[in-house]
Amino acid sequence: MRKSIVFTIVTGVNILLLALLAVHAHFSRISAASERLERAELVRTLQLTDLCLFTEARYTRHPAMSDRFAPFQDHPGAMEHFPSGSLVTPPIKRIHEHSP
Amino acid sequence: MILLTNVTKTYNTGKHNQFTAVDDVSLTVEAGRLTILKGPSGSGKTTLMALIGCMARPSSGRIQLHNIRTSFFTGADSRAPLDITSLPERFLTEIRRTTFGFIFQQFNLVKGISALENVMLPAYPTGESQGAFRRRALELMELFAVARHAASPVEWLSGGELQRVAIARALINNPAIVIADEPTAHLDSKLSREFMEMVGTLKAGGKTVLIASHDPLVYDSELADTVIGMRDGRITGLSGLS
Amino acid sequence: MSTPLNRHSNILDFALSSLLRRKSKNFSLLVVYTLIVFVIASLIFFVQALKREAAQILKEAPDMVVQRMVAGRHDLIPVAYGEQISAIRGVTAVSPRLWGYYYDQVFGANYTLLVPEKNLLEPGSIMIGPGVARNQRIQAGDMLALKTSRNIPLLLTVQDLYPSSSELISSDLIVLSAEDFQTMFNLPAGQVTDLAVTVANPREQVTVAAKIAELFPDTRPILKSEMLRTYDSLFEWRGGMIVVVLAVAVLSFIIFAWDKATGLSAEERKEIGILKSIGWETSDVLLLKFWEGIVVSLTAFLVGVVLAYGHVFFFSAALFEHALKGWSVIYPQFKLTPVIDVYQLTVLFFLTVLPYTAATIIPAWLSATVPPDAAMRS
Repeated sequence: MRKSIVFTIVTGVNILLLALLAVHAHFSRISAASERLERAELVRTLQLTDLCLFTEARYTRHPAMSDRFAPFQDHPGAMEHFPSGSLVTPPIKRIHEHSP
Repeated sequence: MILLTNVTKTYNTGKHNQFTAVDDVSLTVEAGRLTILKGPSGSGKTTLMALIGCMARPSSGRIQLHNIRTSFFTGADSRAPLDITSLPERFLTEIRRTTFGFIFQQFNLVKGISALENVMLPAYPTGESQGAFRRRALELMELFAVARHAASPVEWLSGGELQRVAIARALINNPAIVIADEPTAHLDSKLSREFMEMVGTLKAGGKTVLIASHDPLVYDSELADTVIGMRDGRITGLSGLS
Repeated sequence: MSTPLNRHSNILDFALSSLLRRKSKNFSLLVVYTLIVFVIASLIFFVQALKREAAQILKEAPDMVVQRMVAGRHDLIPVAYGEQISAIRGVTAVSPRLWGYYYDQVFGANYTLLVPEKNLLEPGSIMIGPGVARNQRIQAGDMLALKTSRNIPLLLTVQDLYPSSSELISSDLIVLSAEDFQTMFNLPAGQVTDLAVTVANPREQVTVAAKIAELFPDTRPILKSEMLRTYDSLFEWRGGMIVVVLAVAVLSFIIFAWDKATGLSAEERKEIGILKSIGWETSDVLLLKFWEGIVVSLTAFLVGVVLAYGHVFFFSAALFEHALKGWSVIYPQFKLTPVIDVYQLTVLFFLTVLPYTAATIIPAWLSATVPPDAAMRS
């Protein structure tokens, strides 16, 4: 078989796989919708503000509730040493934005 | 028929190393004949062939193709001479591809790919369907007795076989004119004689053949219709048919 | 028949033959390149799915949380503040929240202790997240012993576990009654952790927040939109590890491109000369190089993206686990709902396929302009 045809088939199969994954994504979103509703319900009843992604420190467990300087609260010279600390951003600057 | 009128090719014009490779050459290459350019190395043979083969443009003078089919201008008056000195670059490439077949001194085959692919190489960009030119390539390889090496990479082939592959490659686009530059330089006498036999085959097939050589086996061949002597870019003698 | 399609497929044929000549070099190139696409695409899939999840479930978070700050630190807030806040126009409800952290010395884990708004639980019984259950090796019906702030063990019965599908929010939770919370931490009377404020009209939220900040200068209102934005900017590219991953990817790409741009060997140059001499146009040579670039980069892109999808959504981003887990003892085991962000994948496509193809074409272009008789005269 010609090499160009082999390549076209391989690429076609790859694109088809990608399309199938898109279909998979679509249907798993639909099937996961009820579970997501349950999660949202739990957030509502427990009045949660954050995802439970990193349980290492207060400012990574509840990033939305912490300050910019939260990592340094325990010790002024505290070095960032949690891997997750480099994945969460400092909270969005507040207070000044609340002035009307 | 190819007609050259006062063709001059100067390299590095205006610089201190300026030199004239072809100096005021006028000659006629008859269609269907074997024309041989004879002369020592540096005599301007290769440059002259490059000019005829549309690989380079002359500095002055004109080169005309008479009664040569090209893939374009076919609708127009094809009997009118085609002046290749004034054509744009892409037409030159087109003419080179469809009208000329080249056999180089170093064979110039691409290493690492099969002999068959090497033969097919000039046909790839033409847009012809591969089935068609693949068949033609195999026929040509059959004709030059290298068909059994079709799938082998070219570096496995001997000198004589490489020469045959190179000839097959020159013919893949079914050119009207075959140009060979010092084709026997890397061949022994036996292989050189074989090469001349193949040239005879080409001639019998109606091809115009143009060979540059300083090998007596070539220019003393009975097949030669015209032998043009060259030295220092000028024509020094003409023998055979005029 | 002479067609442009034939020309492309012919030249593609030769491009593939040409690539196969340096089989091991080009294959390892493809593998490394696929790996780079795989890592970046995994990151895109993971982060996008997580952001989507956060955006959708945190819509149910409190409209506003009011914290009290003392000496720059988050401190307990008097319930009395809530009464005044609820008098502000636009505020529908204020409910005190009780929550805190508990470090278990035996198991080395941090738990989040939380009292629900409505008293769902009897004193003595708790609900726990799946991460706590794994960490403590307990199930529903078992007992959990916590040490109070007075160092007295408090025995609590696990009434139930939160389902594993909720792990992304509940993994480290211990939900308990207000009485048990008080026993645990012994909070001063009339004080809570913070206040959840409900403002029915979203447009009034900023005004209400400003009024609260004015009324109580020692408080800090956090709007729901800010919580959502926190998660929207999570895993931003400037985040330490993300920068490292991207830098490695970019650097390896530069090495490729450099190798390509400078690596047009004498042999390759000679080949281009041969092609030109046998009647290939400059554009044909460039088309050949274009296909050589496309074959490698397109294959790497497609395979990398497909593998990344499998990695993130079928294997829960197993390769990222250690980076995400870090030093935490409780690591939520969640399955993300797949999200394919077409925009980001398109950007990735253009960032991978185009530069590579360009890096293949440009050096060839520079030498493809050699006059065709160069090969003859050499």
